Amino acid sequence: MKMQGAKMVVEALKREGVEVIFGFPGGTIMPFFDFLHREEIRMVLNRHEQGAVHAADGYARATGRVGVCVATSGPGATNLVTGIATANMDSVPIVLITGQVPVAMIGNDAFQEADIIGISRPITKHSYLVRNVGDIPRIMKEAFHIARTGRPGPVLIDLPKDVSVAVGDFTYPERVSIRGYNPVVHDNSQQIKMTMELVRSSKRPLIYAGGGVIISEASGELTALARKMGIPVTLTLMGLGAFPGTDPLFLGMLGMHGTIAANQAVCECDLMIAIGARFDDRVTGRLSEFAPKAKVVHIDIDPASISKNVVVDIPIIGDAREILQEMLNFAEPLPIDSWREELMELKRKNPLTYHQDSAVIKPQYVVEKIYEVTGGEAIITTEVGQNQMWAAHYFRYDRPRTFLSSGGLGTMGYGFPAAIGAQVAFPDRIVFDIAGDGSIQMKIQELATAVINDLPVNIAILNNGYLGMVRQWQELFFEKAYAFSCLLQRPSCPRHCNNPNDECPPYVPDFVKLAEAYGAMGIRVEHPEDVEGAVREAIGSPKTVILEFLVAREENVYPIVPAGAAINEIMIG
Amino acid sequence: MDYTLSVLVENHPGVLAKISGLLSGRGFNIRSIAAGETEDSTVTRIVMVMEGDDRIIDQVKKQLTRLVDVIRITDLTDTPSVDRELALVKVSIAISRRVEVFQIVDVFRGKVVDIAHNSLVVEVTGATDKVEALIEMLKPFGIKEIVRTGKISIARGETVTEKGGENRA
Repeated sequence: MKMQGAKMVVEALKREGVEVIFGFPGGTIMPFFDFLHREEIRMVLNRHEQGAVHAADGYARATGRVGVCVATSGPGATNLVTGIATANMDSVPIVLITGQVPVAMIGNDAFQEADIIGISRPITKHSYLVRNVGDIPRIMKEAFHIARTGRPGPVLIDLPKDVSVAVGDFTYPERVSIRGYNPVVHDNSQQIKMTMELVRSSKRPLIYAGGGVIISEASGELTALARKMGIPVTLTLMGLGAFPGTDPLFLGMLGMHGTIAANQAVCECDLMIAIGARFDDRVTGRLSEFAPKAKVVHIDIDPASISKNVVVDIPIIGDAREILQEMLNFAEPLPIDSWREELMELKRKNPLTYHQDSAVIKPQYVVEKIYEVTGGEAIITTEVGQNQMWAAHYFRYDRPRTFLSSGGLGTMGYGFPAAIGAQVAFPDRIVFDIAGDGSIQMKIQELATAVINDLPVNIAILNNGYLGMVRQWQELFFEKAYAFSCLLQRPSCPRHCNNPNDECPPYVPDFVKLAEAYGAMGIRVEHPEDVEGAVREAIGSPKTVILEFLVAREENVYPIVPAGAAINEIMIG
Repeated sequence: MDYTLSVLVENHPGVLAKISGLLSGRGFNIRSIAAGETEDSTVTRIVMVMEGDDRIIDQVKKQLTRLVDVIRITDLTDTPSVDRELALVKVSIAISRRVEVFQIVDVFRGKVVDIAHNSLVVEVTGATDKVEALIEMLKPFGIKEIVRTGKISIARGETVTEKGGENRA
């Protein structure tokens, strides 16, 4: 069938079963939107391209499907960059379509021209500059395939305007054939046998699992394996929800803000089974002291993740779900009661803790109340910093795809648009963005997107008036010099101030008025006894809600392992 | 230590940029890189010499394997192979000493391919150490400019390069 290039793109999106697109129009991408307009596919018009790509990312993480984001050339494309890098670091499948100036003008510094292929090269899994209209069906098919298979990631298609209006023949390919891309066809039976022998002889085994378990939909298998063999489990930030947070075998998160039980288990284990995790520096601390007594088995779909940071004894390259299924065939209960009890004792003696008095709201208390009121049945997104860590600590995630957070890149401004994406996917579920007062302002204009699309997203701002994690590091590691981390500070304030008090200038903006200006609901909560009621009110409301909690200004995230320290050199406050 | 990798890639625009960008972006050190079409016009071969140790080169290979446009990577470091590079060396030289240069170039089986009043251009082909040895010998005369292609390699004997070394992807 003959049609214009832009229509081919729309047709391909239909063939791929795309139900929603997040985007923002502009000059070179107008032909695409013109055709999209005539179809039934839902389009969410974000208020900034970064919001659109984070929303597509949140949609993808919440559903496991490929998120789609469309923007124009030049500034439209460059505004995507942070979102692409965020998705790339956390292996999130998204397809991005950008307009581009006509082929003949590429390289001429044309209006709204940017070399987005070049700019995005290190932060995409793959990218295409479409030069011939006839290539569009193949490229679209390949892009979706590459985005969702293997280690997923963002794929960008740069579509010059003349190509999108050129006419060509549309035949959508049935299958993909890319000679350089054949993710994982390995026979792992030998490695799995060796692993199970190691497991049987181990006295102190530990499972360390990450986001890969969620991506491969292997949570059920992981849970079954750990429970059957009685092996304690620790999870990375990205892995939260991959194993039930309420299971007695769960030791908590490990790493920089890991629990004492989890980090101690890493130091003492004689066998570490790493599954879909990549030994990130925020997890390992000083490498030489990470799991020093352990043999390491590493299950990962990405060969490049194996032995990148920690040398691995048994590498198993493949899909976590398939491998865990095979391991389950050999699983039997292990006689490791004393190890388990040792860890349970550690867990009992060193719970995550804070002190809530009657005067000032503690941020941890807010997260705990959201957990209680929702019965754990919410999708939580986070911004980055203290809010992210408290959301990881005080909400227990029993199911995968319920904790959406920028783990690798650490993108402030991720949480709110991601919550929009999750709410679009699941209109009937409760979605909370747990935010800081600093990071929420990075993508605050998406309030319009949420309100206009009737998305009842709840934003819980833990307002301490600081860029809290920066302030915490300044307190702990920079002699309490609060350099440019106070969001109340004005030119009239002393330049060096580490003494927040009642005389401080008022906070800007007024989040309640801001919410109201956008047509959202705004609730300010100042007293601990009002927290629970406010959370209930927000959940009960069909509106987009900003809950602003005025929390203790200098509360710290504990435990913390200083950057570069060994994982068991823990500061507990 | 230097490692020689022969990489077959899709002959698409921008592929070389993808590869060199990936390597520099991750802090790997490229000594030389040479690209050219193969017997199959849809495939380009890139021969690169990388500096590092076994662990670094293992990461290089793994990272390259992740690129969709990379078809195959062969490590020729420990494989019998014919290695060549071409160098053009412009030497500044007084007429009175030209003969000495001709003699040296002759020993290395090089050629003088251009002569001006006070300079000449030497062409030499060979393994990297031979090329470097000649350059060393020419230094006392005064080298004005050096242009080198970087090393290209092909497996010895009847086996094709992709079957000769350690392969990936």
